Amino acid sequence: MDALKQELKENIIEQLNLEDMTPADIADDDMLFGDGLGLDSIDALELIVMLDKNYGIKLTDPKEGRTIFESINTMAAYITEHRSK
Amino acid sequence: MKNNYYISSYCHIKNNSVWLDGNDVYQDSSETFSEFIKNLYRAENTKYAKFFKMDNLSKLAFMAADILLKNENLNTSTDNDIALVFSNKAASLDTDRKHQTSIQDKLDYYPSPAVFVYTLPNICLGEISIKYKLFSENSFFIFDSFNADHLFNYSNSLLDLNKSEAVLSGWVDFDDTNYEAFLYLVSKTGDTIHNKQNIITLYNG
Repeated sequence: MDALKQELKENIIEQLNLEDMTPADIADDDMLFGDGLGLDSIDALELIVMLDKNYGIKLTDPKEGRTIFESINTMAAYITEHRSK
Repeated sequence: MKNNYYISSYCHIKNNSVWLDGNDVYQDSSETFSEFIKNLYRAENTKYAKFFKMDNLSKLAFMAADILLKNENLNTSTDNDIALVFSNKAASLDTDRKHQTSIQDKLDYYPSPAVFVYTLPNICLGEISIKYKLFSENSFFIFDSFNADHLFNYSNSLLDLNKSEAVLSGWVDFDDTNYEAFLYLVSKTGDTIHNKQNIITLYNG
């Protein structure tokens, strides 16, 4: 699980162009949206594409993302349970 | 047409260099546009959370506008009445190509939403408007080459009809490794008269 969390942090930084940020800057329980990393709606769509492309998870209801993308912890837990690749 | 207007300031970015009102204000030896514009953003101490998420065209337009407008001492706690009239040749072709690449292979079909949102050239106008609270007219025209005549007439029309207090106008083009931004502010005060010949002279300067 720790390796997956590290991978998620690296991918999020790269995919969402979080310049000047390193994986060490993101705590596992940091809020990804709102007052946390400050991600926006386009970032949420990028995360949905990332789940599909990297882990074979298709979110049919974007509203699911609200809980899945709450933090690195919630993302890693969801991916571990649902990944197909 | 009243034509009592002036070019109060202008900014030119090309070939790793930046000029403001004819003065060389920044240059470096970056090997890529990506590196150059990032260095420029940091050198100017520009603060805009979404900057690194923009496409190349928007980064170029944003920096040219920012360097010019930051000297205008605008109050960004209220709306600013500056219209935007931009133009270029390549539209959003640089980003269009990136999007096309991502949807080329039906077996590896993962278009990026963050890329797709920039597949229109006028998106850069929105980024500038957000930073400087420009709740005003904006237009983006596509021409084969710099069209001073059209920019002059359109800007004058906006001012004559009281559609705005000033107009930020010009050319912002990005394609492959070629880029150029030339923006100028048309106001009701200044030293350089706003006419077609002066626009061309400053652009070629």
